[in-house]
Amino acid sequence: MAMETAGSYILEVQGLEKRFGGLTAIGDLSFSVEKGVIFAVIGPNGAGKTTLFNMLTSVYTPTAGRIFFKGQDVTGMPPYRLARLGMGRTFQNLQIFMNMTVLENVMVGTHIKGRQGILAAALRLPYVLQEEKMLRKDAEAALEFCGMADLANRSAAGLPYGILKKLEIARALAAGPELLLMDEPAAGLNDSETLELSILISRIRDSGTTVVLVEHNMGLVMDISDRVLVLNYGRLLAEGVPKQVQTDPRVIEAYLGSD
Amino acid sequence: MKRLLGFYIFAVLVLGLGLLFPDDYYVTVVGTTVIQNIVLAVSLNLLMGNAGQISLGHAAFFGMGAYISAILTTRFGINPWAAMVVSAITVAVISYLISKPILRLKGHYLAMATLGVGIIIHIFMVQADSITGGPDGMSDIPGLSILGHAIEGDFAWYMLFALFMLFVVWAALNIVDSRAGRALAAVHGSEIAAQMVGIDTARVKTHIFVFSTVIASLVGSLFVHQQAFVSPESFSFFFSVELVTMVVLGGLASVFGSVFGAVILTLLPEFLLVFEDYEVLIYGAILMIIMIFLPDGLFVTMKRNILHWLQKRKGAENTEHPSPGMEG
Repeated sequence: MAMETAGSYILEVQGLEKRFGGLTAIGDLSFSVEKGVIFAVIGPNGAGKTTLFNMLTSVYTPTAGRIFFKGQDVTGMPPYRLARLGMGRTFQNLQIFMNMTVLENVMVGTHIKGRQGILAAALRLPYVLQEEKMLRKDAEAALEFCGMADLANRSAAGLPYGILKKLEIARALAAGPELLLMDEPAAGLNDSETLELSILISRIRDSGTTVVLVEHNMGLVMDISDRVLVLNYGRLLAEGVPKQVQTDPRVIEAYLGSD
Repeated sequence: MKRLLGFYIFAVLVLGLGLLFPDDYYVTVVGTTVIQNIVLAVSLNLLMGNAGQISLGHAAFFGMGAYISAILTTRFGINPWAAMVVSAITVAVISYLISKPILRLKGHYLAMATLGVGIIIHIFMVQADSITGGPDGMSDIPGLSILGHAIEGDFAWYMLFALFMLFVVWAALNIVDSRAGRALAAVHGSEIAAQMVGIDTARVKTHIFVFSTVIASLVGSLFVHQQAFVSPESFSFFFSVELVTMVVLGGLASVFGSVFGAVILTLLPEFLLVFEDYEVLIYGAILMIIMIFLPDGLFVTMKRNILHWLQKRKGAENTEHPSPGMEG
């Protein structure tokens, strides 16, 4: 790749911009995420949080600016290649494979750890069996980590929403990502589920995976985040540790409005 | 091996029928057609049921294999087995090239595009007289022989088709229960989620498309040597629809569902003479009824109900340990 940046940053965004026709959803946005932290992106409705996420995962192509992942310019790189580099993602609108069991869902998450294709699988070559065993073990470990090993053989269809949200996390973790992007992980969860989630996210960070999340739930964000970035009208309003951000008058104004 | 128990029972059944009734018209003559359709339905199902990419042109690839084999063996005197391999490779290359633009399409658009491909290939068979023999087709196509023994008689052909079909069913069962099979199901379930776990969805779709058309091509080659004759009639758009109906009737993404669908829809016309006149109408009706009332397919729904019933009975006998009732 042409441009490389050094340092302890796992994710760097430089001058990012996304316009939809005349509307600038994200404008001139730059920030860096250090390895091993929980980094939260917050902002009022329509601030451009999901647009930012969709650019980070190449669902959208930025109008301008660059994204670096592990020092490598990954702007516009297809999502499956980002995943192979070590980026995982969960979705705001669940993207669970309802036609599979819980374990199978998580085994899909181990895809990048295997190499068998259709022909090898069709002939069930000896290495395929070994690989299947290994992938299953990794998937089971991810389920265990998320505390849902007992649900492995249940069909995903028909499981409650809170469980499915955890299932998405397990599936993303099964790939062993270095960076996990979580789009509104607490949306739709009740208080006890949210508490459980915040513990899980902290454990994910402690296991060495950097977490970037977009979230509405202020309590959750302020509790667990190491850094918080506030977006307003697609632009960076403030960035810092939770305490700093919480007391920043511009942030208070953006959230509460001013007279 | 519990995973393949159903397959072993099926294999014994298919081979046993041939051995027990080698002279029975329904077993070795109709049966060979049934087996051919099983191969086509199972291969189409991998693409349609598992990966969720509909094809209304599957019959055309079956026909392509048949015609290339026929042309190579009659016009160029090439050994039929070598011709079969050349046909399969040619079909692989053609379907690979077609898949690039076509598999970007989704839903109705993909259906229309595959329909178009099927019709174009069929028109070529009818119109390119000098190559394909036109509407009259080609005859005097040589048979097959294995190690100097010519395959002659209905029983020998039945067994050859049966062994090939069992291989295809085995391979399909292997695929479904593997990393590759989960990638297919993931593409079917959510392309964006599949991509975010590192699945190159375009590549997965291309691979399964090529795989399923090559299987169709191989059985097309077998078909043409068995029949010693080929004409465009066998590969029309209506046959593609018939194959789709088999897959849907049995149940999408179920290997044995496709086997079931192929058996039923191949045998029905043999026993119901009304089929002759109203074939297309009846297939349409079956498709509609299944889609509306049994979207999981007849075979899959029956299987689920039977499993449920068995579990309930087990639960009743053994009330102290109620079964979770989630399997199947």
